[in-house]
Amino acid sequence: MSMSFFIHLFSAHKRFTELLTKDEKDLPNNRVPMERILTLPELKSNPFRKRICNVFSTSEYKDGGLTFEDFLDLLSAFSDSATLEIKSHYAFRIFDFDDDGTLDCGDLEKLVNCLTGETDDTRLTPEEMRQLINNILEESDIDKDGTVNLSEFQHVISRSPDFVSSFKIVL
Amino acid sequence: MAYSVNISQTDSDSESDFEDMGGSKPGQGTFRFIRESAASTQWCPESLQMDDFRGCTGANREELPFTASGHMRDETLDTGQRKSLQRHHWSAATLKVLSSMPSRTAGINAVIPKYARDSSQQPQTSSHDSSHHSKPIQADFVQEEMEEISAEEKQLVSNLRGLSVSEAMRKLRATPLSLADKMRVRRLAFRDVDESSFISRNIACYRRLGVYISRTWSHCLFSCLSVLTSLQLWHSPMKILSGRFGTGVLSYFLFLRTLLLFNLFLFTINGLFLVFPQAVNPPPHDPHSNNFTGLELLTGTGYLSQSVMFYGFYTNTTLTTCRAANSNATNTADLPICDPHQPHIVPYSIPAAYLFTIAIAFFIICIILVYSMSKSFGRSFQVLKSNRNLAGNIFCIWDFKISKNTSVRLQSEKISTQLKELMSELTSGEDAKSYTQRLCRLMVHVLAWVICLISIVLSAMAVHYLSEACITQSPFKDTELVLPAVVSAINLLLPGLFNLCTWVENYDSPSVCVYVSIFRNLMLKVSIIGVLCFRWLGRIAVEPVNHGLQCWENCVGQELYRLLLMDFVFTVLYTFLGEFLWRLFFKQVLKRNRKPVFDIARNVLELIYGQTLTWLGVLFAPLLPAVQILKLFVLFYMKKSSLLLNCQASRQPWRASQMTTLFVSLLFFPSYLGAAVSVTYTIWTIKPSTECGPFRNLTTMFHSGKLWVQQLESSNTLLFWLSQAYDFLVENPLFLFLVNGVFLIVIYVHSQVVDGQRRIVSRLQKQIENEGKDKKFLITNLQALYERSSLVSPNR
Repeated sequence: MSMSFFIHLFSAHKRFTELLTKDEKDLPNNRVPMERILTLPELKSNPFRKRICNVFSTSEYKDGGLTFEDFLDLLSAFSDSATLEIKSHYAFRIFDFDDDGTLDCGDLEKLVNCLTGETDDTRLTPEEMRQLINNILEESDIDKDGTVNLSEFQHVISRSPDFVSSFKIVL
Repeated sequence: MAYSVNISQTDSDSESDFEDMGGSKPGQGTFRFIRESAASTQWCPESLQMDDFRGCTGANREELPFTASGHMRDETLDTGQRKSLQRHHWSAATLKVLSSMPSRTAGINAVIPKYARDSSQQPQTSSHDSSHHSKPIQADFVQEEMEEISAEEKQLVSNLRGLSVSEAMRKLRATPLSLADKMRVRRLAFRDVDESSFISRNIACYRRLGVYISRTWSHCLFSCLSVLTSLQLWHSPMKILSGRFGTGVLSYFLFLRTLLLFNLFLFTINGLFLVFPQAVNPPPHDPHSNNFTGLELLTGTGYLSQSVMFYGFYTNTTLTTCRAANSNATNTADLPICDPHQPHIVPYSIPAAYLFTIAIAFFIICIILVYSMSKSFGRSFQVLKSNRNLAGNIFCIWDFKISKNTSVRLQSEKISTQLKELMSELTSGEDAKSYTQRLCRLMVHVLAWVICLISIVLSAMAVHYLSEACITQSPFKDTELVLPAVVSAINLLLPGLFNLCTWVENYDSPSVCVYVSIFRNLMLKVSIIGVLCFRWLGRIAVEPVNHGLQCWENCVGQELYRLLLMDFVFTVLYTFLGEFLWRLFFKQVLKRNRKPVFDIARNVLELIYGQTLTWLGVLFAPLLPAVQILKLFVLFYMKKSSLLLNCQASRQPWRASQMTTLFVSLLFFPSYLGAAVSVTYTIWTIKPSTECGPFRNLTTMFHSGKLWVQQLESSNTLLFWLSQAYDFLVENPLFLFLVNGVFLIVIYVHSQVVDGQRRIVSRLQKQIENEGKDKKFLITNLQALYERSSLVSPNR
């Protein structure tokens, strides 16, 4: 195991325990609720923060709470050493807002709205949105079923060399 | 695996789907239709469709899904079919089937519903070709636990069992599972590691050794790479910068760090093999240049010219601690005679060390640059290159590193503007510009190019005449700093002019704008360095006596030193004046809150320029990389503070990885290759000065290498044969011709392979499209069957 691995593990543990309250620190394997995870500066302003928490959470109640293991999963998926396959897999799950295994029109619309922001003048008009989604589906939907599944998504991502560098969070 | 789906269940959800159907019954007609449509491909069931379904569905023609051979209606039905796969028409059972399709559940183990598994499933043969055969799963308790996990995990476990432990761990780390799942898989896969190591004893000894060697080698390589890539220098400042400005600005600082590492490598090698041996045995010191003033740090003359910094310090001696018994050379007369029983250092020839250190350092840098260039080029090369990659851009456009709130908002605005422009371009198409408008734009472009080219030529001529004037005025005492100052001023001001020209020209696409300004800047720097090289190698080196120089290499080294330092001084001035005062001016005088934008391309070209000077100067001033290291260090902190205080993030999108590829290529092609060619030219053809340096009294610097090899040959027969082989092979044109021919054949074969792959990919895409059509057909038929059967059954 390399030195840098231990450095990263140690800093991850430090940041995670900062989120726990005093009496929670003694409990083993506790789950930090999503609101506290979202106070981390790296996630605070990210428009995908809730989706990220939901994707990496393994809680039965689907409330987005993360244990330390889930937190490590999150950091490793967003780290430098994660392969393109891992990053594209998790990116797909993050963009799949309704968790049905494909990106359909509703998912794509929510994605574009997250990208363009909250304010009214940055949002796209419905016509622009419709045309954008049609163009995206035309380019990436190979089997023409109206949705983008994981393989098609990974195929599109493999053509964009910028993905690995932009899908990165550094602690 | 068999999915058991209960089509005939009816629940409350499904009934709501039928409310718009009007409740009439197609009945037997449907089943006959399906049978017949499956049988015949010629029959077009349009009319039957209309009568059957218009009555019951009340839907319009477009929504009818059934065509077995829909080749007549394909186009009209495509959009209809796409719409018909949308959610709101389907019942719960169909939705359940759709959501558990393999294409939608690929890899998502937690979400896979646990359908009944085929318990007689054989263990898969492992993908790794090894001497282990995959063991059938014997133990019952293993079988039990395996049945609790999903089929994908089971396959993963059986794949992992066939691999060695370290490879299996690497593969497991690369699979997208949660940590708990990975731990479970690992426990299952390596449960019987002891038994597999028992089997390995039966492998032949030589194979085991080979396996062991390859394993340790790959482990070493892997850990070395991970150490190198995790260099933690400047980790937190870069994180702050990327959090605020994004990946584009970060790429500048990463480039800076890469250059720092290159210079560190050069400095280490020079220091170990050149500077240290000579510094320990200094030549006799010239007493009259002992007074040290501060200005000499800037000009490199005086005390520094006699120091280890420059070429003149180095001698053409061979360093020994003892002399041979039969030698009666005067310079080693005072050394003790070598005692063969006592250890003594090998005679260290400084000229040979100088030549070979520089040559080997350049060679290693060449290999590193070509490797990184080919790697980043390979990353951005695609087999099927489409014109527009809109979908890829949308998915990759969000920079997750940005954490500051204002920067996030800025990024959203940037993306929104980009998308809106793209959409308006698509809807309106290319603006049909009138003839006069196009002519106008062409005139503006031509004018801008003419202005830029004239300014480049003028500045090159100015540098040339200034250098000629400096040469004719000898000794060049007072005018030493004028030439470097003029060169740095030109480098500072002219790129601003080029940026103004591109702003006036108003290019359509921002990336073309960036490329044009990079090209113009590059032309300027190449022409200036070309003029200076001509001055050094074509004038000063060739007739040093005419210019009153005893040691022309020292002079050239000092000039490069001065250029490097002046460049640094002017960069500091520009950062202070250009960014800080600009911001104050805007704020106080114009009362606007617009901050200047950090020009990434221009700053990267400045870095490349500085590195070119370093590479040019390493032959004449072996410690020049140390100066560059200090300069880069200070530059990092200065640029970082200036960015955080004065600048704002750019509104233009910046394609980081393409730009990084471009910059590494620029670092290799004009910068490194130009320096390597000049250094090679100097070593091969130019006569070194007769009174200083390690190559005095030789015809060329390369000659010293030949002499050294000849010396060694006489004492070592292996080297004799090596040099004979070298003379025969490398200097024989037939051998080089053959090697080039082989390379060309390899390149041709690779390009044919890429062509073939392109064709295969397009054929596969067609096939996937057809499969998609099949899928749609089956799903819609399934849904219709279900609807019919649930309509029929309540009536019974």
